[in-house]
Amino acid sequence: MGTRIIKLPDVGEGVAEAEIVEWHVEVGQSVLEDQLLAAVMTDKATVEIPSPVAGVVAALGGEVGSVLAVGAELVRLEVAGEGNEVVLAAPREAATTAPAEKPAAPVPAPVPQPTAVPSAPLAPVTRAPIGPPRAPGEKPIASPAVRRRAREAGVDLRQVRGTGPAGRIGHDDLDAFLRGAPKAGISAARAANTEVETVKIIGLRRRIAQKMAESKRRVAHFSYVEEVDVTALEELRATLNAENRSDRPRLTLMPFLMKALVKAVADFPEMNALYDDEAETLERHGGVHIGIATQTPSGLMVPVVRHCETLSLWDCAAEVQRLAEAAREGRATRAELTGSTITITSLGALGGIVTTPVINRPEVAIIGPNKQVVRPVWQGEQFVPRTMMNLSSSFDHRVIDGYVAARFVQRIKSLLEAPATIFIEA
Amino acid sequence: MAEIAAKVLVVGGGPGGYVSAIRAGQLGLDVVLVEQGGLDGGLGGTCLNVGCIPSKALIHAADAYERAAEQAKSAPFGLRVEHPTIDFARTIEWKNGIVGRLTSGVGALLKRHRVKILQGRAVMVDGKTCRVETDTGPQAVSAEHVVLATGSVPTTLPALPFGGRVISSTEALSLSAIPERLAVVGAGYIGLELGTAFAKLGAKVTVIEAADRILPSYDEELVRPVARHLRTLGVEVLTRARAVGLSDAGDALRIEQEGAAARSIPADKILVAAGRRARTTGFGLERLDLSMNGPFVQIDERCATSMRNVWAVGDLTGEPMLAHRAMAQGVVVAELIAGHRRVFDGAVIPAVCFTDPEIVTVGLSPDEARKAGHEVHTALFPFQANGRALTLGAEDGFVRVTARADNHLLLGIAAVGAGVSELATAFGLALEMGARLEDIGGTIHAHPTLGEAFHEASLRALGEALHI
Repeated sequence: MGTRIIKLPDVGEGVAEAEIVEWHVEVGQSVLEDQLLAAVMTDKATVEIPSPVAGVVAALGGEVGSVLAVGAELVRLEVAGEGNEVVLAAPREAATTAPAEKPAAPVPAPVPQPTAVPSAPLAPVTRAPIGPPRAPGEKPIASPAVRRRAREAGVDLRQVRGTGPAGRIGHDDLDAFLRGAPKAGISAARAANTEVETVKIIGLRRRIAQKMAESKRRVAHFSYVEEVDVTALEELRATLNAENRSDRPRLTLMPFLMKALVKAVADFPEMNALYDDEAETLERHGGVHIGIATQTPSGLMVPVVRHCETLSLWDCAAEVQRLAEAAREGRATRAELTGSTITITSLGALGGIVTTPVINRPEVAIIGPNKQVVRPVWQGEQFVPRTMMNLSSSFDHRVIDGYVAARFVQRIKSLLEAPATIFIEA
Repeated sequence: MAEIAAKVLVVGGGPGGYVSAIRAGQLGLDVVLVEQGGLDGGLGGTCLNVGCIPSKALIHAADAYERAAEQAKSAPFGLRVEHPTIDFARTIEWKNGIVGRLTSGVGALLKRHRVKILQGRAVMVDGKTCRVETDTGPQAVSAEHVVLATGSVPTTLPALPFGGRVISSTEALSLSAIPERLAVVGAGYIGLELGTAFAKLGAKVTVIEAADRILPSYDEELVRPVARHLRTLGVEVLTRARAVGLSDAGDALRIEQEGAAARSIPADKILVAAGRRARTTGFGLERLDLSMNGPFVQIDERCATSMRNVWAVGDLTGEPMLAHRAMAQGVVVAELIAGHRRVFDGAVIPAVCFTDPEIVTVGLSPDEARKAGHEVHTALFPFQANGRALTLGAEDGFVRVTARADNHLLLGIAAVGAGVSELATAFGLALEMGARLEDIGGTIHAHPTLGEAFHEASLRALGEALHI
């Protein structure tokens, strides 16, 4: 018998560390060759790690949510024959030395229970209710004296938590409720829900949290909102969609906006750029790689449509559709999720009136179309119904001045309002 | 026509009405109570005059007589009695004495709380006024609040109109002699209580029931000891049978029974005990804009009818038609009128059947609890293992508890056995207070009493019974 240490493999170009998002095995379990051991996440792609050999799991390199460096111990297996481990002094203690500098828990530490967290000092000590809480609609249990007091105080006992056996509501429960209730006589008062559920922020959600906080912390955001008359654009879009050609995807606003961006950034190269604030350099990109903020079941992802300057309107539409599907189904590759130079964030039909998008750092600009509404617009002598849409954009004020941003948005606006100009070659 | 104005007009002097009036008087309200009197009424209503109280008196007398007869026959503990006889006229006189004491007591209580009593029938003119035909002429009463408490009357079977040999429970409680042969139509609690009493007094009793068993509203397990004892008493029970009328000579009851030829049962008296119906006619109620709930006046949880400041309590408002329900409703209404916040929110309404043995049920039966979606623990403790029951010579029966499996909250308690009606108090209190099995298990029950069976049944449901 030997011990085989399976290290976190190099899961992607330039990846130094990965987060364990799921364990497929547990200590003591037999695994076969190629059986999946764990899922780890790098940037925004999830990679399954199979076992290279058969054996029995002796230790896991961390709990879900742990970040391991590439090369760190992921799983320790007991295998037939010789292992790959140089056994240290005592086999039992061998497990306590982590091979990489990144801390990797040698044995699966118990997941901390929410109750172990010291409670907030303000929370009064209350008796824990015994038994399952009353199901909705179930009659509250209380003695006649309690019922009468409640009735006289205008309290609906259905709203009162019973801490007695079997959820019985006692005088003390009623007292507590009356103390907590804003005013006696308000029967609509609801019992305070004191339940606290602790959810571990792991995986993609943790990535998002880190990226968002980092962006908000480092980037000097400012947002700029302009309204755009998209009546003509919508007419064009409807005309094109009416062709109903099976070889072409249906068009949304998105491909038009992408093509307009390609055109606009040609005049404003500082918008299609990455700002390395440590090296204090701005990388202006010739290729327009547009990140498309996409809601997926596990959270926000930004798949990238590369080299939009080479794509037709239809190509853009097809690529957005393909990438969005891949991201939602978790199939998007690492390459498809990195390398954007500017980002579009759209809430689609929800839209909103105004948004203040967070910049997808190290990019310097993000464009967010809001919902379209038909509004009366004053044109010369009368109001005419026009389809209007706000465009909410954010810029990195460290490298983009307000004036430049305003002109950039004006450029996009004029392109969208006269959509033919989007397609006129310079 | 003389006219009185009052804060509260109570129509009906039965348990619902008189309790409401007393409570309203205690709260300082100006109350007029109208009671029509008559054969089946008077202050105290059906309950005191022709229901609960006289029937229990008769049952007690019959029971004592039967015990004496039993001593004469077999003297199980050595008590020698020679040929006991019963002077039935004296029995009825004794019963009437009790009724008289109680009804005059009610009158005194009403007076003490300054309730004005009008003898006569109240006929509602509108939701605020009524007209009462009294001995001294018509009287108009107008009030801010009207409490309707007109009660119920025995159900009439079209095939067997009351009169002659066909009697209702009212007449059965005032017979001048014990009938030799008594036919009882309906094996509900009224028919069985009276049928049992007359069987003990020596009548040849035949009970006819349309359902497939006696006491169809109680679960089978509880009814079994009662059915057993009816056989011992020689009561003939015909189930799935229907009374179709009197014989041509009028001295027998014609019945049809499933799977048997039609036949006649000779009877000196035929007691029709086919239930009771709400008394909604004769009071001008049709002139009020009252929403009905089938044959009953519809009320909400405050006993309010569809008319503002018109309240209704008791049998008039539906099942269960029990005096204690009416009294509790009467109190609620009086307090509401006095400006308190109240609802009729009892967790349970106990029901007692004074058969032999007695049955008491409080809350849900195991089946009802399951139908209500609960997973239940249920356990019973037989009186055969209860010392007090043995010393009373009454070992048939049991106490049964039903509790939620998840938190052991008691949902229902039932018992069958001699004298178990008195356990209704403990059962009702347990359920009203939201007791769990552990609460009953942890309560020290006096020894030797029948109540120990409640303790043991609860322990047994917890798997901790000591005496079985």
